[in-house]
Amino acid sequence: MMDELRELYQEVILDHGKNPRNFRHPDDANREAKGENPMCGDRFMVYLKLKDGVVEDVAFQGRGCAISTASASMMTEVIKGKTEAEAKALFETFHDLCTKDDHDHGDHGPVDEDAMERLMVLSGVRQFPVRVKCATLAWHAMNAAIEGEDKASSE
Amino acid sequence: MDTQITLPTFDVERVRADFPILSRTVHERKGKPGKPLVYLDSAASAQKPRQVIDAMTRFLEEDYSNIHRGVHFLSQTATDQFEEARRKVARFLNAPSERNIVFTRSATEAVNLVAHSYGRTFLSEGDEIIVSVMEHHANIVPWQLLQMDKGIRIRVVPVDEHGVLDLNAYEDLLSDRTKLVAMTHCSNVLGTVTPAKIIARMAHERGVPVLFDGSQAAVHGVVDVQDIDADFYIMTGHKLYGPTGTGVLYGKYDLLKKMPPYQGGGDMIESVSFEGTTFKAPPARFEAGTPAITEVIGLGVALDYMEKLGREAIAAHEHDLLQYSTQQLSQIDGLRVYGTAPGKGPIISFTLEGVHPHDLGTIVDQYGVAVRVGRHCAEPLMERFGVGATARASFALYNTRAEADALVESVIAVKEFFGA
Ligand SMILES: Cc1ncc(COP(=O)(O)O)c(C=O)c1O
Repeated sequence: MMDELRELYQEVILDHGKNPRNFRHPDDANREAKGENPMCGDRFMVYLKLKDGVVEDVAFQGRGCAISTASASMMTEVIKGKTEAEAKALFETFHDLCTKDDHDHGDHGPVDEDAMERLMVLSGVRQFPVRVKCATLAWHAMNAAIEGEDKASSE
Repeated sequence: MDTQITLPTFDVERVRADFPILSRTVHERKGKPGKPLVYLDSAASAQKPRQVIDAMTRFLEEDYSNIHRGVHFLSQTATDQFEEARRKVARFLNAPSERNIVFTRSATEAVNLVAHSYGRTFLSEGDEIIVSVMEHHANIVPWQLLQMDKGIRIRVVPVDEHGVLDLNAYEDLLSDRTKLVAMTHCSNVLGTVTPAKIIARMAHERGVPVLFDGSQAAVHGVVDVQDIDADFYIMTGHKLYGPTGTGVLYGKYDLLKKMPPYQGGGDMIESVSFEGTTFKAPPARFEAGTPAITEVIGLGVALDYMEKLGREAIAAHEHDLLQYSTQQLSQIDGLRVYGTAPGKGPIISFTLEGVHPHDLGTIVDQYGVAVRVGRHCAEPLMERFGVGATARASFALYNTRAEADALVESVIAVKEFFGA
């Protein structure tokens, strides 16, 4: 198997893709937003329980490819317990990770470095421009939910 | 010496030599050679033979100018070639005359033309249009726009689990309210070829005109619009080995004559004044503005190319690839083919259990295999089969059994990769 593919589909991604974490609809969620990729039909709902500006719970449901599912799954793990500002900073930083060369990454305020370390496995999408949307789909929905929107605006 | 040489009827290697792009490789990387391109996405758009590329270059270098406008030498030359392309299209469809052929920018524009011009003139609230569940969005959304405008209803003919059109349901849907049938002649997802002649006859028994979306059908078989008795027939040039920016609307002349212009502008008018403007007769009436001159001429050459190879021979070659690939793919555990109608076109939509089509597409691409993944602009059909997306391999006159093997091998690699 080619190196580039191994890079894209790392074991962690395959694992999260097959066994997504927080794949559920929490009863007490108070925000939700839809993320949809019209090109491939991937569709996720992201659910948040926000309390006093903190993400107390985050989960998702829907169907998607290995990349989008793994990214959504990992997102739920790193976002939980963050403040809204921290979650948004992670979103922006992760977006840069997927779309820009290292030296072009912007400063989006303090981010959880450990979380970014874990999310590094998804940076392989940079070599596959058409797959970037997969990696960022649930993140856009999460960001929309924080903003109080009910669906991610399609870029 | 007297050696008898019998040439094979369809020499695919010689055909391939006509398509420059097919000799390229993809995904070259530092120090590593690329993979030979295995292009199985011709249903999205076909590659172009040297003959088409050369004809367009030659036209641009030697004969180019605007058409229908100048008295000068080049304008006449260009006009002659453009109109010659119209005659070629008419022959290709066995239309009674080139007057029946309207050039548009695409199949999409051709459907919009009919929806706009015919639809807005002859349909009103409560009238119904019948389509099938396997339409491309290009043959759904223009009718929905008409629906919003006019309050018409869209009725949908279902398909069975093989993707065969349900003619009984069609019969039941036909009524006094039906004012138009707009139906695919070949599904771009399932490959199903619909019984156009029967569909038209059933509609005509009630005096209802029929439009066929032949975007796929015209590529893979011989289409005779008079034999079908189609009222409108639509094609798109870029799938016919021609350039983008070319579409064809065939219409029965008495229908075209009744229809008002679709767009206004130059070339489609008899005379213009602010008191009132009179329009040219069809097809000019529907060709406002400067058309894709070079491309239309290129399309004519593409149709010549197909005729020269023989459309029956092309269809037979593609059918062999379809059968062979279907058989090989079906041996893969967990692989499901959508669309198993008898007599289908060379299009295979499939899913692999446990692997999302998007991931499959990315991985086979690394092996040089280009397939389409997603919803194929046919969301209602995806719903019908309860599938979010599929992978689709489509075969053209230049594909080979070796390429089918490459597809199968790459799909097996996907399966191993995901442990599916
Ligand atoms: C069946 C069918 N109809 C219509 C179209 C639209 O063609 P175009 O995009 O060239 O207008 C396509 C191709 O995408 C098609 O496969």
